[in-house]
Amino acid sequence: MHSFKTALTAFRRAPLLSALSVTTIAFSLFAFGLFGLVALNIRNALRQVEERVEIRAFVADGTPVERITLVSDSIARYPEVAKVEIVTQDQALERARKELGEFKDVFEGEFLPASLDVKLKPGFRDPATVRKVADRIRSYEFVDDIRFGEEWITQLYRIRNIAGIAGMALGLAFAAVAVIIIGATIRMAVLSRSREISIMRLVGATDGFIRRPFLIEGSITGILGGTMALVLTYFAMRVLEQYLHFQTAFFDQRLATLGILFGALMGLLGSAVSVGRHLRRV
Amino acid sequence: MFPELNVPVIRFDKVTHTYPRAAGGAPALRDVSFRVNKGEFVFLTGPSGAGKSTILKLIYMDERPTAGEVRISGYSSTEIKRREVAQLRRRLGIVFQDFRLLEDRTAEQNVAFALEVTGAPRSKIPDKVARVLTQVGLASKATAFPKELSGGEQQRVAFARALVNDPFVLIADEPTGNLDERATRGIFQLLREINSSGTAVLMATHNLELVRSSDFRCIELNHGAIVFDSAEAVVPAIPGVTPASGVPAATAGGK
Repeated sequence: MHSFKTALTAFRRAPLLSALSVTTIAFSLFAFGLFGLVALNIRNALRQVEERVEIRAFVADGTPVERITLVSDSIARYPEVAKVEIVTQDQALERARKELGEFKDVFEGEFLPASLDVKLKPGFRDPATVRKVADRIRSYEFVDDIRFGEEWITQLYRIRNIAGIAGMALGLAFAAVAVIIIGATIRMAVLSRSREISIMRLVGATDGFIRRPFLIEGSITGILGGTMALVLTYFAMRVLEQYLHFQTAFFDQRLATLGILFGALMGLLGSAVSVGRHLRRV
Repeated sequence: MFPELNVPVIRFDKVTHTYPRAAGGAPALRDVSFRVNKGEFVFLTGPSGAGKSTILKLIYMDERPTAGEVRISGYSSTEIKRREVAQLRRRLGIVFQDFRLLEDRTAEQNVAFALEVTGAPRSKIPDKVARVLTQVGLASKATAFPKELSGGEQQRVAFARALVNDPFVLIADEPTGNLDERATRGIFQLLREINSSGTAVLMATHNLELVRSSDFRCIELNHGAIVFDSAEAVVPAIPGVTPASGVPAATAGGK
C-alpha cells in the first residue's frame, strides 16, 4: 500500500518526466503496433487466398460416373482433404461461362473436361503437402492432368515467411528500444530520489521495500504507454482506411490486452534493471 | 537478537580496511581492535582522514573490513547477509554532520519515515513520533519543514529519527560539525541524556573542547590506527605520533 502510494506520488512530483516516459513507451509500442497490424492484415489476406488453394484433377473423357464417385469418396478420406467436389462437363461449361461472361457464346458443347476439385484442410496447404496429395491423385488411371498452381503456392508461402520473420525481428528491436528508454527514465527517477534512497537504507529499509515503488511506477508507466499506443494505433488505422479505402482488421481483445501487458512487462523490466544497478552500487 | 550480558555491543578484532580505489592502496584502517560496551559513551577523535568515518561505516556495515572482524550486537561482518544489514540498521541510530533530512517532508514526517520504511504498524507511528520529538525538545515544531528550522533544530530532528526505532547504540558522525557553540552544547546535552537512558553512544568529533569537558572514554585515531584509548591501561606506542586528545600516552594510565 505504501509502495503504491509512493509510486503515485512519483507521478505527481515529476509530471513532466512521467509524461515523457509514458509517451516514449507509447511511441515505441505504437511503432510495434503498426507493424503488428500490417502483419496481422497480411496474415488475414493470405489466409483468404489460402482458402482458394485447391487441386483440380481433370478426368479423361468417357470415365464412368460410378468410378469417379468411388474415387472421389476415397480421396475425401485422405487426412489432408477437407472436401472433394465432382465437376461434370456441364458444370465446367457453366462455370467457364460465368467466369468469362463476355465470351459465353464461344463455349458450346461438352468440350471441357470433367474434374475433381479437391480442397485441403487448413494446415495442409503448404507446397510440399499439396504436391504430395496431387501426386497421389495423379496415380488414378483416369486422371488426365492435374493442376494446383505449384509456383503460385510456393510464392505465397515465401511472402508469408518473410513477413513473419521481418515482423518478429523489427518487433524485438522496437521492444528492446522501449525497454532501454523505460530503463533510462526510471534511472532518472532513481537518481532524482537517490538521497531519499540512501536515507531509507540508513534507517533499515530492505532492498525489496526500496525497489517496489519503482517497479510499480515502471509497470504503471508501461500500462499507460501501452494503452496510449493502442489508441494511437487505432486512430492511425482509421485514417489509413479512409485514404486507402481498404478494409483492415484491428487487434482483437486478447491481442490488445496482450499488448498492454507487454507494455507493463517492458516497464517492469526496464525499472528492475535500473533500480537493481543503483542498489548494487550503494 | 539482543546482545547477551557481558558481550560488547561493538567489537572490532584486528580490523584492517582498504578502500578498493584508494590512492596507492593505503589502508584507511590498520589493525584496529576495540570494544564498546552496553550503555557506554565513547568519543572517536583524530584528524581528518584518520579513519573515524571508516569505523562508523564498518559499524553500520556500509563497508566490510578487508581483514579482521566487526561484530555488532551478534551480527558478524564475515557472515552478515545483505538483508540482515537492513535488520541491523533498524537497531542502530545514525546521525551525520549534514543532518540528511528530506527537504520536502515536515519534521514529524521525516521521523515517521524511519518507521514507515521498516514496515511498522501504521497505528503506532504518530505516538512514537510525538514521543521522540518531545524527547529532543522539538514537540512544538513538528509540522515545520527543515528549511524553516535552525541547524541545531534540524540536527534534533535527525536525532529523533535515529531514536524512533529504540536503538541500542547511537552513532554520530561529527553531529556538531555544522553548528555554532550554543547549538553544539545543546546537542551534546541531548546526547548525554540519550546515553543516560541506556543507549550506547559513539560520537566522532573534531571538537576537542567537548572531549575534554567530559570524562567519557576517548579513542583517538591517526593514520588509520588507534593511538590512544583512555579505557586501555596500556597505550599502543606508535613512534612519532602524539595523541592530541589531552592526556599524553605515557601518563594515560587507563581508568
